[in-house]
Amino acid sequence: MYDTIIIGAGMSGLAAGIRLAYFDQRVCILERHTTIGGLNSFYRLGGRDYDVGLHAVTNYVPQGTKRGPLARALKQLRFTRDDFALAPQIGSRIAFPGVHLDFGNGIDLLESEVASKFPAQVDNFRRLLARLIEYDDLDQESFEISARDVLNDTLSDPLLIEMLLCPLMWYGNAREHDMDFGQFCIMFRSIFLEGFSRPFAGVRLILKNLVRKFRALGGELKLRSGVERIHVEGDQAVGVVLDNGEELEGRRILSSAGLVETLRLCDDVTEPIDQQAGRLSFCEAISVLDREPQKLGYDRTILFFNDSETFHWKKPDELLCDVRTGVICSPNNYAYDPADGQLPDGVMRMTALADFDRWSHLSEEAYRLEKLRWYDRIVASAVQFVPDFRGHVVETDMFTPRTIRRFTWHDNGAVYGAPEKRLNGTTHLRNLFLCGTDQGFVGIIGSIVSGISIANQHCLRE
Amino acid sequence: MTSSEIREEILDILENIAPDEDLSDLTDDVAFVDQLELDSMDFLDIVMELRKRHRVQIPEEDYTELASMASTVAYLTPLMKDMQKA
Repeated sequence: MYDTIIIGAGMSGLAAGIRLAYFDQRVCILERHTTIGGLNSFYRLGGRDYDVGLHAVTNYVPQGTKRGPLARALKQLRFTRDDFALAPQIGSRIAFPGVHLDFGNGIDLLESEVASKFPAQVDNFRRLLARLIEYDDLDQESFEISARDVLNDTLSDPLLIEMLLCPLMWYGNAREHDMDFGQFCIMFRSIFLEGFSRPFAGVRLILKNLVRKFRALGGELKLRSGVERIHVEGDQAVGVVLDNGEELEGRRILSSAGLVETLRLCDDVTEPIDQQAGRLSFCEAISVLDREPQKLGYDRTILFFNDSETFHWKKPDELLCDVRTGVICSPNNYAYDPADGQLPDGVMRMTALADFDRWSHLSEEAYRLEKLRWYDRIVASAVQFVPDFRGHVVETDMFTPRTIRRFTWHDNGAVYGAPEKRLNGTTHLRNLFLCGTDQGFVGIIGSIVSGISIANQHCLRE
Repeated sequence: MTSSEIREEILDILENIAPDEDLSDLTDDVAFVDQLELDSMDFLDIVMELRKRHRVQIPEEDYTELASMASTVAYLTPLMKDMQKA
């Protein structure tokens, strides 16, 4: 009998597992995949290391800062800053046709960019900042007001509104077209007020430290152990049945599988589920270069682009991908410790919106062809905003919504979960709880904080 | 444990929870939140560490007793007087 069974060995499940094991619970984390990480994982191909998910660890604050999600996550898990070895970004950019806004860690550069590119809006922008800083953890009702309504009230230049929404939606908005104001505040803080960073060794360093700590505290991690169903008696879950038929008993269950996905596992849920799973999924075109991007005159860490004055955040209607907007990440362009040297290869990663259904219905042969075709289209769209690096590519790879589905088991390969968040993490069963993207927090630090806060609220107090 | 041993133990817990805090000039009569960066999660950790280390159960309605060092020690002294310092 376990005190807590956790479904999913991603950031949120591992963080929750550490909290519970630290306080002497008997904890088992079940992971369907052959490796840990879920959406934030890593792989090795052709002798090279790749990250999945992580472009940047957000919420970066200078060493010694005691407040904020990063400090809270480290403290709660009894890690030090050195355990995550975060190197800050060099600088990032929001690029629209004919105008761009550069930003770095902390708000100063963005504020001065707004002042120089949108001088008539700078006072409005400061009013927006004041409104954001007042924000603290909102309740469900005020969380869900429209970010576009708030922005239209505060700023009067539609282009600036689109430019500010672009990175915040790209890095954490599960809703199409608009964004919950609560989510907007969380993302604004994590990206513009705090900032971007990356460990030199990539996401594997964070994952390995999480797993090592979890195991050292006596936690059990079972890979290749998908949950086939959650066994329910009355108003409570009593255990899980694995894909291989093995049964495990638990006093409570914490699931990072997603709300709809988790309800579907419950053997008392026989009616169709009316909650909606997320629909937004991505393709990523990865290019390995024969030199560092800076040797091509490109030093941005992350670049968010949109090829017109209107930013469209929705599932592609008619095509496999929508390449009008995208994110370009250059893992070389962080201020790494000189002792670490440089990454072995130059890398440019480009992300585009993609339609899970279209990708999942392709035959194997068509899938291989479409991956090649869309790699070219994504890169062709991106080089409108970065130096054309196509003559320097030595290796490529591409992941699609199908890949994301395989790693995460989330419906539709949804990256940021369902549009409706379940902030308190509760379900129809009194001892079944949600953590991870459907609980409300996204990104690496957000997911870790999600696991911690749901473990604290529901699994430790008794 | 004596009151001063309990105080030492709380300092050790705070050091463990918030390693970046300077605890050397902590004022016992002033609330923790007025001199340290502690949030509600950290207060839960004080409770949880006491349970982990000493099997002391603190009911949720008593969490307010942990506001300052002085009130924490006063609250814990009768609960921990028969325990041996580890």
